[in-house]
Amino acid sequence: MNARNSKKWLLAALGAALVISYFSAQFNRYYLGVAIDVGINIILAVSLNLINGHTGQFSLGHAGFMAVGGFTAAKFTLLTAPAFFPLSLLIGGLMAALAGLLVGVPSLRLRGDYLAIVTLGFGEIIRVIFQNSQAFGAATGLTGIPDLTTLFWTFGTAAITVYVVTSLVNSTYGRGFICVRDDEVAAAAIGISPTRYKVTAFVVGAFFAGVAGALYAHHKTVMQPDGFNFIRSIDIVVMVILGGMGRTTGVIIAAVVLTVLPEFLREFASYRMILYSLLIIGLMLARPEGLFTIRKRTNAGA
Amino acid sequence: MDWFLQQLINGLALGSIYALIALGYTMVYGVLRFINFAHSDVMMLGAFAAYFLAPVLAHVLASESYLSALAIIVLAAAICAIIGMLIEFLAYRPLRRRPKLAVLITAIGVSLLIESACQHQAIFGAATRPFPKLIPQRDYQLAGLSVNSNDIGVLIVTAFLLALLWWIVQRTKMGIAMRAISFNEPAAALMGININRIISFTFGLGSALAAVAGVFYAMRAPGIEPLMGIQPGLRAFTAAVVGGIGNLPGAALGGVLIGVLETFAGGIPILSNYRDGIAFSILILILLFKPSGLLGKTEVEKV
Repeated sequence: MNARNSKKWLLAALGAALVISYFSAQFNRYYLGVAIDVGINIILAVSLNLINGHTGQFSLGHAGFMAVGGFTAAKFTLLTAPAFFPLSLLIGGLMAALAGLLVGVPSLRLRGDYLAIVTLGFGEIIRVIFQNSQAFGAATGLTGIPDLTTLFWTFGTAAITVYVVTSLVNSTYGRGFICVRDDEVAAAAIGISPTRYKVTAFVVGAFFAGVAGALYAHHKTVMQPDGFNFIRSIDIVVMVILGGMGRTTGVIIAAVVLTVLPEFLREFASYRMILYSLLIIGLMLARPEGLFTIRKRTNAGA
Repeated sequence: MDWFLQQLINGLALGSIYALIALGYTMVYGVLRFINFAHSDVMMLGAFAAYFLAPVLAHVLASESYLSALAIIVLAAAICAIIGMLIEFLAYRPLRRRPKLAVLITAIGVSLLIESACQHQAIFGAATRPFPKLIPQRDYQLAGLSVNSNDIGVLIVTAFLLALLWWIVQRTKMGIAMRAISFNEPAAALMGININRIISFTFGLGSALAAVAGVFYAMRAPGIEPLMGIQPGLRAFTAAVVGGIGNLPGAALGGVLIGVLETFAGGIPILSNYRDGIAFSILILILLFKPSGLLGKTEVEKV
């Protein structure tokens, strides 16, 4: 995606979301639900791509941030019934960003395998905390959340996510992310602080994961801590790997395909994780740049 | 005081299981510098191997006898050693010269593949199955403490395996080659060491230990299921990091430490709900304040 055109893309996408949502009342409820799932997954995958793909920090805790955003936003809506729905989204996002900061500052001094397992650990700790806190309904979670997520808010947020991540990575500042991914030692040597970039990526990624969680909460109308386990994080990771790490367009396509396809293949649902894991292994062995990537980047292609 | 000693014994038994798993993580890390995420699933496969072997062996040896238990453990270890070598050969070897991230992702993929495939109805299914009691169940009373025969078994077997491992690593040719690779791989290759063979051997050895741990873990657990390896696996990994990853005595020490701490936390009502979080909290603290672990050396990064 080109940086210069990204503002036009954003406006076009927002316009399209507005037009489609105008007609959304006529859609089949089932298709509408799937469409919103697609939008939420695009947000999750694109935001994780900033961490895993562009910055090269393998995080396995995205579902944890999603849970933080979802639970706080749902609780906020239930307590105050805000007149303006995006306020809940914003609060969910900000709380997740705060969680991202708290997790990121200590753990991002680590690399590779360690980071993966620590983020996995934090994701699990977040889930255990929600499971044990009475304010968030403990193991049963929150129910009766108003169904406020519409097509417009979902795809509007998705468009903003794509815009922010693309512009961030393509900005002068954002080159630092790619620099950190390609060679941390060299980055540090030329005065780019790897930790700062990693934490920035983490906080921005967590923010959008939180917003996605908030959308999810107001879409499903129930939030259960069990739904945000390790497998949920893996779902998002598979989208990023399949789309090609660091390739926004590919990741969006992967998010769409991996959300829509399981709906058609419901009778093969028991094979889903087997297929995902085989895809991960096969892609790493044969096509590490991802399935939905046509053009290799000439600059910064690792 | 009695409570303290009782918890200590329980913790030591649990800790020796973690230690056995942690040794596999740390050995593989020593030679390949990556974390074998599939290790905990090999442990699960060890438990399942014993589950299917037990009725077969009951035809030959008296069931619930020490001899049959020994035979089951040895056979399960052998099966898992082969599985471990196969995983290395099929999934990790082709990626030997690739970026570490690719290997890490593949390892997660292998782990997921084993878990999800085993959960499928056609293989093991997701339901929990009761695990047979392999050895005669008895509670020994010692000065007011009760010690289960399972606990005594796991302590004796772990002590024996640790001694055996120490002998293999320190005294045999294979062990010397393993240490050479972990010290400097290109130089070891130049000295005529067959790198692939040693790495394969390391995987086999680690997987065999994991299988033994799996059998003992299954004997304590209410039952076995395909995801049973995840939690002990994560704790064992923590143990390996706590002890200093790549360091064998460190892994054993870390395992025992985590096992004891977890058992004590489980006995305190306020902490027991957060049991799953404890190992991770220790891991995070260790990584923040002493990333090289208790017994590990600090490595200087060279460019």
